[in-house]
Amino acid sequence: MRLSPKLTQKIAWGYIWAAGISAVAILMVIVVYVVARGLPIFGSDFLFTQPEGGISGEGGISSVIVSTVWLIGTTMAILIPLGVGAAIYLAEYAPDNWLTAVIRYGVELLAGVPSIVFGLFGFAIFVLVLNLSYSIIAGALTLACLLLPFIIRSAEEAMRAVPRPYREAALALGATKWQMTRSVVLPAAMPGIITGVILCVGGAVAESACLFVTMGGSAGMPTSFFDGGRSLAVHVFYLAMETNALDKALATGAVLIVLIFVINLITKWLAWRLRSRMEGKA
Amino acid sequence: MNPKMETKNLDFYYGAVHCLKNVTLAVKEHQITALIGPSGCGKTTFLRTLNRMNDIIPRSRLEGEVLLDGHNIYNKGVDVVEVRKRVGMVFQQPNPFPKSIYENVAFGPKMLDMNHRVSLDEVVERSLRQAALWDEIKDDLKRSALMLSGGQQQRLCIARVLAVEPEVILMDEPCSALDPTGTLKIEELMQELKKQYTIVIVTHNMQQAARVSDWSGFFLLGELVEYDATGELFSRPRDRRTEDYITGRFG
Repeated sequence: MRLSPKLTQKIAWGYIWAAGISAVAILMVIVVYVVARGLPIFGSDFLFTQPEGGISGEGGISSVIVSTVWLIGTTMAILIPLGVGAAIYLAEYAPDNWLTAVIRYGVELLAGVPSIVFGLFGFAIFVLVLNLSYSIIAGALTLACLLLPFIIRSAEEAMRAVPRPYREAALALGATKWQMTRSVVLPAAMPGIITGVILCVGGAVAESACLFVTMGGSAGMPTSFFDGGRSLAVHVFYLAMETNALDKALATGAVLIVLIFVINLITKWLAWRLRSRMEGKA
Repeated sequence: MNPKMETKNLDFYYGAVHCLKNVTLAVKEHQITALIGPSGCGKTTFLRTLNRMNDIIPRSRLEGEVLLDGHNIYNKGVDVVEVRKRVGMVFQQPNPFPKSIYENVAFGPKMLDMNHRVSLDEVVERSLRQAALWDEIKDDLKRSALMLSGGQQQRLCIARVLAVEPEVILMDEPCSALDPTGTLKIEELMQELKKQYTIVIVTHNMQQAARVSDWSGFFLLGELVEYDATGELFSRPRDRRTEDYITGRFG
């Protein structure tokens, strides 16, 4: 039996509609559940007291927030110069040969390696060999390795998208390759590079696996990046697995969700503003 | 008088493609030289050999000489930056940087760190005046260059070239993206500029070549078929192929 085209159309529409609605609904349920269960915790100085540990999970997340900020700052300080530098090399300088192709393929492969593998590498090299022990710097170095492929790829793509006429105009005015790159290509690629950087910040905030084995789980207030620490995502894990304060884990999760939401908003706003300033609309 | 620029037995290859074949041509100082011919005839490739813009094309090869004031710009040890400073280029599509009008004009002088006898502000104003753009945009110097009309953008690109004080200006179909008003302004500007500069223009438009240029060269399939004073070439072409082209039998 053949179904009539009208009927197949209806079935297809119904299926696609249901799939779309459920995808959105699942996300909404997660966010609403986490926020609704976590929210009541916020009354009691949750953000401004240190976690006290113990099976009941007393205290707040102040030192965890500070650790997270330290971690992200340190990671970006390592990641941005390294990643953007490599992207400039690949986009502008690397000769078009097999070696470059291998490098580019390697970068792509690295992007697919699970983060815990990076964590093991970080543990072996940064924690043990470089003797940094469990510390924010060891965690940041590991995160930088993990995120390097992403920053390289987004920055390289942004630079490749800069139109050739801009490059030719700069060269024809007597610019050296570096002058062209610095004063024409990089500014024009900046919205794309910033988007890539901030998405990496989001990735760093969300990461947990590779940090267990490099940054440790100290809940104390860090005073330098040689101290151990606990990022928000790691804290969620500890609360959920080692205490019975599930509500606090959910509250920390809510902070994470809000943070990632804000980071995404900032990204969009910054990229939009840079772009419209270049186009002369602002 | 010695030519300002001169090519001798110039051949250019892109991979296995022989784009320019034994081109010998002399560009006279303070004159406008037009290069005409159908698409793909090599006229743009030829233009781009005059300031070594083809250097950036991979797998390309050049034989022969390109002389600027008698010196081969392809000799070893010649600084390509210096060549491009002396031989500026205006492109087919207006290509101002996504920066302010002021920044666009100041780009070259800033980058080349040119002598500071005069301030950057003065260089910018002088260049914009020379490009006949100053009166239209003098209150908008801080605005984005992308706000300008196509014709204004092209004059801005000319101002940007003038700011580095070149001797020769190469123009690659500078009006092909412009409307008739914009085209007219550029053509008038060229007559002004030839008093101080030497101009080589590639154009698709034979009327334009006849209107603006003093000398014309006709390219076909990578060969310079005929090169003569513009009046001569258009009224008494010596080569049959030139005649066919300018009378519109092909192209």
